[in-house]
Amino acid sequence: MTLEPGPRVTACEDGPLLVRGADQWPGPDGEPVRIDRPVVAVCRCLRSQRLPWCDGTHKFGASSPKD
Amino acid sequence: MYLPQSRGPYSGWVRRRMLGMDAGRAPAAPEPDTMLDDPDVQLALWMLYEVHFQGFEEAEEGIEWDLGLLAFRQVLEVPFETVLRDVGAPLRRPRATARIVDGLRDLIAQAPDPGLARFLQRKANADQFVDFLKQRSVYHLKEADAHSFVLPRVRGGVKVALAEVQYDEYGAGRVDRLHQDLFAKALIACGLDGQYGRYVDSADAATLASSNALSLFCLHRRHRGAALGHLAAFESTSSIPCRRISQGAERLELPGEVFDYFDEHVEADAVHEQIAVTDLCGALVVHEPELATDVLLGAEVCLQLGARADQALLDRWAGETGPRWEVA
Repeated sequence: MTLEPGPRVTACEDGPLLVRGADQWPGPDGEPVRIDRPVVAVCRCLRSQRLPWCDGTHKFGASSPKD
Repeated sequence: MYLPQSRGPYSGWVRRRMLGMDAGRAPAAPEPDTMLDDPDVQLALWMLYEVHFQGFEEAEEGIEWDLGLLAFRQVLEVPFETVLRDVGAPLRRPRATARIVDGLRDLIAQAPDPGLARFLQRKANADQFVDFLKQRSVYHLKEADAHSFVLPRVRGGVKVALAEVQYDEYGAGRVDRLHQDLFAKALIACGLDGQYGRYVDSADAATLASSNALSLFCLHRRHRGAALGHLAAFESTSSIPCRRISQGAERLELPGEVFDYFDEHVEADAVHEQIAVTDLCGALVVHEPELATDVLLGAEVCLQLGARADQALLDRWAGETGPRWEVA
């Protein structure tokens, strides 16, 4: 059996990053935020009201997410 | 759950048959034009589907495969499917040729929204909020169950993606995070009954029709494309309304369990949306391109019937049939 290497990150087209297998992620103030879900969506458009997490707000407005 | 009360000849016939009574001759097929608004027909269909989920206390378990009930289900399903195929068909056709992910996102961006979530966020009183919870319990107490029927009908990456969404819906390994139980806790905290199926007797036709469309798609293998399209549309139109509804629960100072249920869905469904659109529907259509139209059908039906159910509640609270949102 081989161990999975660290978190797996997938960028969604015009949407968030999907992060699997992470136990924390940097919050808006740089402090790590604890993760208790197997998969989280990390906001890339910075318009979410729950940064660092996606809340679906990117669907309003045409601009592409920026890294 | 217990068998719902009869609301007319259709649900009455199904109820008698499920109780093992002499039900006599089954009613003739309903008219497609009126069946979405007919609570009797929609309840009959809801009961016929329910035997494949938790079933009814008073009925024999074997009625799931009772040939008379299955035949009658088909009598109702044929016109029901006709109605669903008509829902938004002109909107859907040109998109079938585009990339499925774009087609879905277009549909979702134009989803009809009667404004129920905004109303709950800003204006609803506690009675209206409770009324909303009771209606939605018809679906939320069996949340995600229908889509589990689709798992053996898909393969490879599509199966993995569907299982990933379902795992989350079913609590991601934690019994205290099972979404359908979170909803039951919210009901109980409000002084309501959290028992499965408890409020089906007071469910309106639009709420039942919305649940029935999902069951139709998920219980027929040939509708697997529509089942996944439905999931993509549902998840993609959930995060923002759930945030509004959770704020409404806070405004009304409802028990924290209500806030928790809707708050959980803001982040969870933002994840499910991405998986459902790309990894489920996108990948399904790569493997089975002929299912593209069905994926869009499922999405359109989800959005349109969801909007009808929202409008029905707003109408009821307005005490009148105000400006109605019409099925295209």
